[in-house]
Amino acid sequence: MSGQTLGGQTLVIRGRKVVGGVAEGEAMVTRDQISGWGGIDPRTGTVVETRHSLRGQSFAGKVLVFPGAKGSSGWSAMFHVARLMNTVPAAFLFNEMTTKVALGTVVSHSPSMTDFDRDPLGCIETGDWVRVDADRGIVEVTKKNKHNPETAP
Amino acid sequence: MYLTDDEKAMRDGSGGAAVQKAMDLLVRYGEALGAERLVETRNVCATITSTTPFQRDFALKQGGMDAVFSEFSLDSQEVVPIPKFKVFTSHLQLGFDPGQPERMGVSEDIVRFYEKSERHAAGLGAQIMNTCTPYQVGNIPTRGEHCAWMESSAVIYCNSVLGARTNAEGRESTGAAMLTGRIPYWGYHLDEHRLGTHVVELDIEIESVQDWGLLGYFIGEQVQDRVPVVHSRRGIGRVPNLPRLKHFGAAASSSGGVEMYHVVGVTPEALSLEQALGGRKPAQVLRYGEAERRATYETINATARSADIQYVMLGCPHYTIEQIWEAAQLIEGRKVHPGCELWIFTPRAIKSLADRNGYTKIIEDAGGILMTDSCSAMSRAVPKGTQTVALDSAKQAHYLPAILGVQAWFGSTAECIDAACTGRWNGSLA
Repeated sequence: MSGQTLGGQTLVIRGRKVVGGVAEGEAMVTRDQISGWGGIDPRTGTVVETRHSLRGQSFAGKVLVFPGAKGSSGWSAMFHVARLMNTVPAAFLFNEMTTKVALGTVVSHSPSMTDFDRDPLGCIETGDWVRVDADRGIVEVTKKNKHNPETAP
Repeated sequence: MYLTDDEKAMRDGSGGAAVQKAMDLLVRYGEALGAERLVETRNVCATITSTTPFQRDFALKQGGMDAVFSEFSLDSQEVVPIPKFKVFTSHLQLGFDPGQPERMGVSEDIVRFYEKSERHAAGLGAQIMNTCTPYQVGNIPTRGEHCAWMESSAVIYCNSVLGARTNAEGRESTGAAMLTGRIPYWGYHLDEHRLGTHVVELDIEIESVQDWGLLGYFIGEQVQDRVPVVHSRRGIGRVPNLPRLKHFGAAASSSGGVEMYHVVGVTPEALSLEQALGGRKPAQVLRYGEAERRATYETINATARSADIQYVMLGCPHYTIEQIWEAAQLIEGRKVHPGCELWIFTPRAIKSLADRNGYTKIIEDAGGILMTDSCSAMSRAVPKGTQTVALDSAKQAHYLPAILGVQAWFGSTAECIDAACTGRWNGSLA
């Protein structure tokens, strides 16, 4: 009931497991699809695509919330290298299933989910704290904008 | 996910450790997709070899080429001995032309490492075609054949022009397919996902290779990753040939993510508009006329400002022998401008034919070069000092400014050859 005690600032979304596991981290949210090859630099986990809303930002260790994958069939290979360089997101949450995003999240080994009962792009904002339990199909979101660390227990 | 008895046996180790790892990956991948089962395939197109310093160091530390295949092609952290491939496997393009290390800015050391990995892959059964167009050099799947292909421009050609069936696979899923002859039965393997979703009604006739590229680029931007049906009430004028549909599909899969299209009266699953749509109503009917054609030309040329050209690249996707013949005729008796370079890319097998036909000599006598295995987008290699490039490929014009920060002019092959010989861009849309 921690959501209640913190004034209703925790919300729960349910979805389908893509890659199992449990992870948590700060949300990084984009409404732009993400390109693998030519779209990210796996050495730093940074989005490099021109005109992308996350350009220049690193998703390493974040819970990446995005519509889905686009671009070259090198998508999985780029996120595969990102895992070997320790720059993959802590977890992936996305809406559109494709072979690129399925294979890419599988080889990243990060917990991943899709098919949500509520659009994560509509209720998760960058900076929110997100716990992903892909095995149980549950995402817990603690909103940052209502969170006041000084009064928190 | 449902597995047959044979598949269960592979998962449980009957085919050895590598096959077991491959089946484990296919199950993880198939369940991620939500696939109900796997499908048999005897046709894989993939990147297998290694071309990066990261992979070289990985091989040194982790145990050689088997370690590289285990990790990068099977997602196995345990190093397993890799057996010979079970099914016909074609090697796609690479990060450079190993015959041109200096031009491509690659060290001898990396070329030697690549050659080692090429011998390893060939020894396992890979066909060293080294091209984004395997359908030009011996891998032409038949209609309905289930394939496991990478490379977006090859995937769209396979599905649409040949009527074979593949999704856009990746390095790991194709690696697993080579060893098992299986791939998830999902997406474009199923009838219902191959039906058209959008109709593109042509108000003008599409004839040149350039015009088919413009149309493809327009459609990709409009429909993203859906299934467009190109239709003309007057009928598609002259039937588009291989270079036209190769350019069309590459453009549509770059500006959008199109992996399957129909051209009514031309492609095999579109004898009629009704057949292409499967009797369903399209989500949208788009029109393509002169205004859309011009607007698309402007979009592709959006980065171009300077008319001084330092580099002309042809061969995206890899040139056919007909296109090399055309380029040779256009440049015969002329000289590439001293401030400019001309690189043309084609599969190794077609370069052998061009050598025999005398086209390579014509191009080299003019100061150009015929290269293989790669392209500038894959290799990130352009001649030193390049600021502005001229291209006859909408796909390459889409990628090069983003990847290398150069300006790009897109035009016809004749305009590009002219730019190579004058160092100036004089193209315009007729």
